Amino acid sequence: MALYELPEWAGLAPALILAATSLVLLLIDSIDPDSSNRPALAGTATTGALLALAVTGWFLAAGVGDPDGRGVISLFGDQLVVDQMSLLFTFIFTSVTAMVTVASYDYLRGHSYQAEYYSLVLLAATGMATMASAASLATVFVSFELLSLSSYALVAFLKENRGSVEAGLKYFLIGALSSAIFVYGISLVYAVTGSLQLTAVAEAAAGTELVGVLGLGVLLVLGGVAFKTATVPFHFWAPEAYEGAPAPISAFLSSASKAAGFVVAFRVFTVAFPVEQFLEIGVDWVFAVQILAVVTMTLGNFAAATQDEVKRMLAYSSVGHAGYALIGLAAITGSNSDLVLGAGMMHLVVYGFMNTGAFLFVALAEYWDVGRTFEDYNGLASRAPVASLAMTVFMLSLAGLPPFGGFASKYILFMGAVNAGFWWLAAIGAINSALSLYYYSRVVKALWIEDPSDDVAKVGVTEQPVGIYAAIVFAAVMTVALLPAFGPVSETAISAAAALVP
Amino acid sequence: MLIETLIVVTFVGSLVTFAAPNRWAGELAFGISALPLVGSLVMYSQFDGTGNALMGGELAFEQSAEWISLGAYSLNWHTGLDGISMPLVVLTTVLVTLAIVSAWTPIDERQSQFYGLVLFMEAGLLGVFAALDFFVWFVFWEAVLVPLYLLIGVWGGPRRKYAAIKVFVYTNVASLAMFIGFVALVFNLPVDTFDLPTVAQALANDQLQAPGWTSVSALKTGAFVAMFAGFAVKVPVVPFHTWLPDAHVEAPTPVSVLLAGVLLKMGTYALLRFNFTMLADVATQYAEIIAIFAVVSVIYGALLALAQQDLKRIVAYSSVSSMGYVLLGLVAYTTYGVGGATFQMISHGLISGLMFMAVGVIYNTTHTRMVTDMSGLADRMPVTVGILVGGAFGYMGLPLMSGFAAEFFVFLGAFRSGTLSGAPVFTAVAMFGIVIVAGYLLFAMQRTLFGPFRLDTDYEVGPAPLHDVAPLFALLLLVIVLGVEPDLFFEMIRDAVNQMPLVEAGLGGGH
Repeated sequence: MALYELPEWAGLAPALILAATSLVLLLIDSIDPDSSNRPALAGTATTGALLALAVTGWFLAAGVGDPDGRGVISLFGDQLVVDQMSLLFTFIFTSVTAMVTVASYDYLRGHSYQAEYYSLVLLAATGMATMASAASLATVFVSFELLSLSSYALVAFLKENRGSVEAGLKYFLIGALSSAIFVYGISLVYAVTGSLQLTAVAEAAAGTELVGVLGLGVLLVLGGVAFKTATVPFHFWAPEAYEGAPAPISAFLSSASKAAGFVVAFRVFTVAFPVEQFLEIGVDWVFAVQILAVVTMTLGNFAAATQDEVKRMLAYSSVGHAGYALIGLAAITGSNSDLVLGAGMMHLVVYGFMNTGAFLFVALAEYWDVGRTFEDYNGLASRAPVASLAMTVFMLSLAGLPPFGGFASKYILFMGAVNAGFWWLAAIGAINSALSLYYYSRVVKALWIEDPSDDVAKVGVTEQPVGIYAAIVFAAVMTVALLPAFGPVSETAISAAAALVP
Repeated sequence: MLIETLIVVTFVGSLVTFAAPNRWAGELAFGISALPLVGSLVMYSQFDGTGNALMGGELAFEQSAEWISLGAYSLNWHTGLDGISMPLVVLTTVLVTLAIVSAWTPIDERQSQFYGLVLFMEAGLLGVFAALDFFVWFVFWEAVLVPLYLLIGVWGGPRRKYAAIKVFVYTNVASLAMFIGFVALVFNLPVDTFDLPTVAQALANDQLQAPGWTSVSALKTGAFVAMFAGFAVKVPVVPFHTWLPDAHVEAPTPVSVLLAGVLLKMGTYALLRFNFTMLADVATQYAEIIAIFAVVSVIYGALLALAQQDLKRIVAYSSVSSMGYVLLGLVAYTTYGVGGATFQMISHGLISGLMFMAVGVIYNTTHTRMVTDMSGLADRMPVTVGILVGGAFGYMGLPLMSGFAAEFFVFLGAFRSGTLSGAPVFTAVAMFGIVIVAGYLLFAMQRTLFGPFRLDTDYEVGPAPLHDVAPLFALLLLVIVLGVEPDLFFEMIRDAVNQMPLVEAGLGGGH
């Protein structure tokens, strides 16, 4: 052991940094409760997120969690684990958090409780980072709730706004129900296996006779995860919550929080409920996931195609993308399951940037008061060309067109599904992808092709908010750069997936 | 590195143009597009490739580098040119430069964005013809769509929004079908790469293994159908052609030029590479069905053209017809058939570009394209009309023009096809298309160009400015040069085509 070798618990550094930053924000607030020193608050939050991001990047580069590099770190009696998947997802969470806090700087102008806002964002991020590392159903649930409780408050943050409060309430009620379902599922799994630690669950489940109870438990756990990932049929909170929430929070929830749901799904279902073993004892959760994937992408995309408001369209498209990412789990029974599972992770990485960027553009539009519908966006390109160009990048990348990162991740996902023998999943994904082109291009059309109507020309675009612009441009640059630089992402994701599926 | 330089220069040039002021964006774009033009001509003069890129031929300007690794599979940057792609690269650079000049008059708003997108599209097109790894190729293939969508959507005619979305969605759906077909093929081969030559050679060596639930021949047929459907939309083959007239009519002239001149060739080029080279056995198995598609495209496209009153629509539908010849040549599997089809891609690119530009010049002056609205234009704009008539003769296949050479090769090759049963019948029916082509072109010209001058609008009609006529003249010159000396391209094409599986070097061999 070299002198500079870090102790093992330092593997949790990203989560610890996020938690500490959250506390520092509370400290600042308690020293000066009436503080509206926006630069200090946003700056602290962003610094914390960026620091966590930097540490995550450093760990990934140094080979922490890589079985062939510095190895997987297991902590607290296997309750938490730091491997490549947890680091890859923490990378998503921290970058999204940084973008959201930067953008919130402008968005929150004139709002009260700013310190609490940033503190909650970072607490939620802490929850996500812990979800990525959770290796026991207990830690999964605790971190899950840390994320959820912070999110409820954040959605309802615009308390003068009826929509926001209503969305927060709706989110909270459905979330509480889902948590109950989730924890009930956990209790059933525990009843059968007598264990909460994921690998131990898999071992104990091997010879069980209580297949029915176990099956129900697995199904309920799947339900809990489906809520967090906004998967049909647990999705109906999503459009409301995303629409009512402050736009940066919509970005945060639909990118980072969704990815957090997926990291739990990927780990729990591969480690605790290994598919072949569970098929043997008669618990076919893959079939359920396949149905979920198909229904989710189809319903999400069709619903998105019929929306009149951009933010709702994005909300439903986010449901659709949950369906794409589920392909990673749904095709896991085929050959080369590490490719398709890894592809699911790659898609979430790219999605973290392109979807956050898209919602931040909506935040910008809200900041300018240009309205919510497609028509309200007409001709914005002539008045805000840089932001519109960035939004075009996000839309085309979400639709899966080159030369953007979404192209690579989506097509590698389809490729992985075909490779695993699930060509029909890829075909359904492809049809949905073609449909999505229609509504994504509506935004592009509104921005560039349509002429602004007279009353639209009067409002908005009075100034260029630095924070939101910086976040949007950063997201756009990353979305573009992720295509040529896809190599490292794919390698990490595949290697992370290979560690999960034997 | 020459290809990469070409693509990068064009791409960076597009960004520079995008940021440039509108006032001189057109001139700037022309200057930038001259770089890949000169580059491609230099490449043409240094071209030393032999044989077919996919069948183990010696590639010119080959480059290979690692890009993305997917566990067992790898996606690599692999580019290179053979006798089939080299002429298409030259065609692209030539047509883009001329299209940019022809845009100076009609494009009068947001010029920098327009020219930026055109150059962006050029970079994509160059990539399509040069890439030899499926994923790289697919990146470029799809990247062409975005600028096309915006170019039609922003600068197009009255129904531009509808046309733009239609093109976008149609061709994207087609690409997805093709993607799944090709990927299904690769994953059942014992190769861990998407490198097109590797895949093609593994297929040629019968290394395809079907998964348990299906057979090799069913898998091949399925993949063939998926890819054929995908590319047929792009070509377009009847009945997948309905997006084309909408797109052409709404697109601004320079975009129509590129759409007909180069973008349709992406479809036939891909058909040649994927369907007819990699899955030659399936193609010959279903040769008659494909030939029916081809002949129907020829006749039906020509009949549709005959029924139009809009000059631009006439030219647009005639593209459907001309692309039918390409398909017929491909399915013939003879040196002259496939070689002629490739030559027809080049020839049609030049001639249809010329026709669209000429119609565009007429429209700029008269503000109408309806045959019924005008007559006797020859009196007022003799140079433009002269060139238009020249182009029309090229279309009809007058000797010593490239159209003649191309169609002659195709018919020669198709007539003697050994794999297509009933080849003489198919050829004879397709040849009848020429009669209809001559019919509608002569009919339209006689009514619009000759006779006493009449125009149902109030515009002054005079000779077009020099920069409008110059690209027309350049294209006519190229059409004649290629007609007189087809071997400028045909030699390298023949060289590449002869190595394709199942191709018979009929008529005394290709050499």
